[in-house]
Amino acid sequence: MTRPQQSSTPGTTGQRRAALTAGPDELAGAAVAPTPRERDRSTLVASVDPGSASRVLVEVRAARAVVGGRTIWAGVDATICAGEFAAVLGPNGVGKSTLLKAILGLLPLAEGRVRVAGRAAGRANHEIGYLPQRRSIDASLRVRGLDVVRLGVDGHRWGVPVPGRRNRDAWARVRQLVDLVGAGGYAGRPIGQLSGGEQQRLLIAQALARRPGLLLLDEPLDSLDLPNQAGVAALIARIAREEDVAVIMVAHDVNPILSYLDQVIYLGPGGAVCGTPHEVITSQTLSRLYRIPIEVLTTSDGRLVVVGQPEAPAVHADRHGAGADGGGW
Amino acid sequence: MSGSFSWNLLADLKDMWSLAFMVNAFRAGTIAAVLAGPVGWFMVIRRQNFAGHTLAVVGFPGAAGAIWAGVSIAYGYFAFCLLGALAIAILPGSGGGSDGSAGRGDDADASAITGTVQAFVLATGMAFLAWYGGFLDSATSLLFGSFLGITTSQVTVLAAVAVMSVAGLGLIGRALLFASIDPYVARARGLPTRWLGFGFLVLLAVTVAEVGQITGALLVFALLVLPAATAQRLTARPGLGVAVSVVLAVVTVWTALFVGYYSPYPIGFWLTSVAFAGYVAAHAGGHVRDRLATRTPRRPAPAVAR
Repeated sequence: MTRPQQSSTPGTTGQRRAALTAGPDELAGAAVAPTPRERDRSTLVASVDPGSASRVLVEVRAARAVVGGRTIWAGVDATICAGEFAAVLGPNGVGKSTLLKAILGLLPLAEGRVRVAGRAAGRANHEIGYLPQRRSIDASLRVRGLDVVRLGVDGHRWGVPVPGRRNRDAWARVRQLVDLVGAGGYAGRPIGQLSGGEQQRLLIAQALARRPGLLLLDEPLDSLDLPNQAGVAALIARIAREEDVAVIMVAHDVNPILSYLDQVIYLGPGGAVCGTPHEVITSQTLSRLYRIPIEVLTTSDGRLVVVGQPEAPAVHADRHGAGADGGGW
Repeated sequence: MSGSFSWNLLADLKDMWSLAFMVNAFRAGTIAAVLAGPVGWFMVIRRQNFAGHTLAVVGFPGAAGAIWAGVSIAYGYFAFCLLGALAIAILPGSGGGSDGSAGRGDDADASAITGTVQAFVLATGMAFLAWYGGFLDSATSLLFGSFLGITTSQVTVLAAVAVMSVAGLGLIGRALLFASIDPYVARARGLPTRWLGFGFLVLLAVTVAEVGQITGALLVFALLVLPAATAQRLTARPGLGVAVSVVLAVVTVWTALFVGYYSPYPIGFWLTSVAFAGYVAAHAGGHVRDRLATRTPRRPAPAVAR
């Protein structure tokens, strides 16, 4: 499905930020009432000032992916702009990670096209901060969190760091990043000894090191406990807004991130659907996609809750070996 | 070896260094230690100990073959270790860690095969020595180390190879660290992680060949693993860790050579004992530090150190 290219003016950004800094109740309410963004779309489709139009980071058109001779998804259309938070959702083995690979240009499409920052997929990877799916960091790895973040700044360079201006600048950037994700209290400790949530924050900082326009996150909430899931989800949403980064995140469970999402890309055996949470997250659409009855409920404080999706924790355990979505690449 | 020890250490050193072979032993040992420090640090980070051990064992028939063929054992070590590195890189699951897996040797079948090959390779080395004749003495010194008979030309070769290897590691150091810690992200950022892994394997082979000439094939880890593991126990900073690893390796070699010269026990014993003592001390110290750290609540947000 397609939707109009929206534009954003300074006023709308202000609105969005206001929604973010509001209390959790108002925040959650945004998912039910038309979000400020949706309202913008209806009133501001004709861009007043072309210079302020949101930058389109990812454009997916009629994309079909084939892995091992089998079509794993087809008909995927999506447009994700700077500052937007999009989630790739769907059952196990449906090829959610594969979509990220297609955006990185690691998997050629069978049909359709993917453009990143106006260029063919794979040609603009310097614009992408990527956080792959991972089990966990080896507990015995004795390298500081700071050094892991530093690798994001200049780890791709040859040679070794030598004292000097460039080295100081790199550490200054590391300090900024650590502050951005709120990891100042533990970034100096060996990363193997940190909790899953702390590690995930540092890895997000690493992915942001080169000021990417697009952040691709593959199940960053996986294996985190509930408070950490909420914390990291809020962090990612804040980064999208404040740093004006487009975020595409693969997730199992939509509930921790639902209130922050601007867009949802649902991949399922019954097809693919993309749009705002409001358009996609309905009992009818989800039931059709999953081919099992799914209910979307609205809680008393106005939040959407998806019930009955086949993503019980018991299913997660065997996910790593699971075919196209297994992340083994 | 046992010279006559006086408690005047300076005079002892002078006495030792009046002998050309001792000077060569100190030179060769220092060169090997300076190379083993950083390479060992990366090997421990990459969990390629298994690959390192395989290479060391492969070096033994190389050295024995060189004796049999009447050439310098240095060439035998280098040739066999490099061939071994090539084999590890090609054969899956033998500790090469071509991508990401970094050779944890966790594939039970592959590690059984590698173990079998190690045993066969050791036997081949013994066969070379048996054909040559001088069985017992050479076997002991090739397996457990010797500092006698290191020639000046051997030192020159060791130095040249070490300079090139350290330069090579300097060239790939930062990228190799990235590829070792975070292979998937490193690859997404355009680093050739596969080639970095292979390059490191070659450096590891060269290092094992150098260290093996001092410590013997079976005690290579005295200089390759112990100083690096101790350094990692002491600091989690990569740059400092490599430096500490080098210092510990050099101190280990010097202490072992010094004590070895004045005692009846072989050099390999002293090398391993000194390095192991350092490791145990660092571990004990680390435990005490951790206990103290948990007792006093951690202050939030320490400054970002360089």
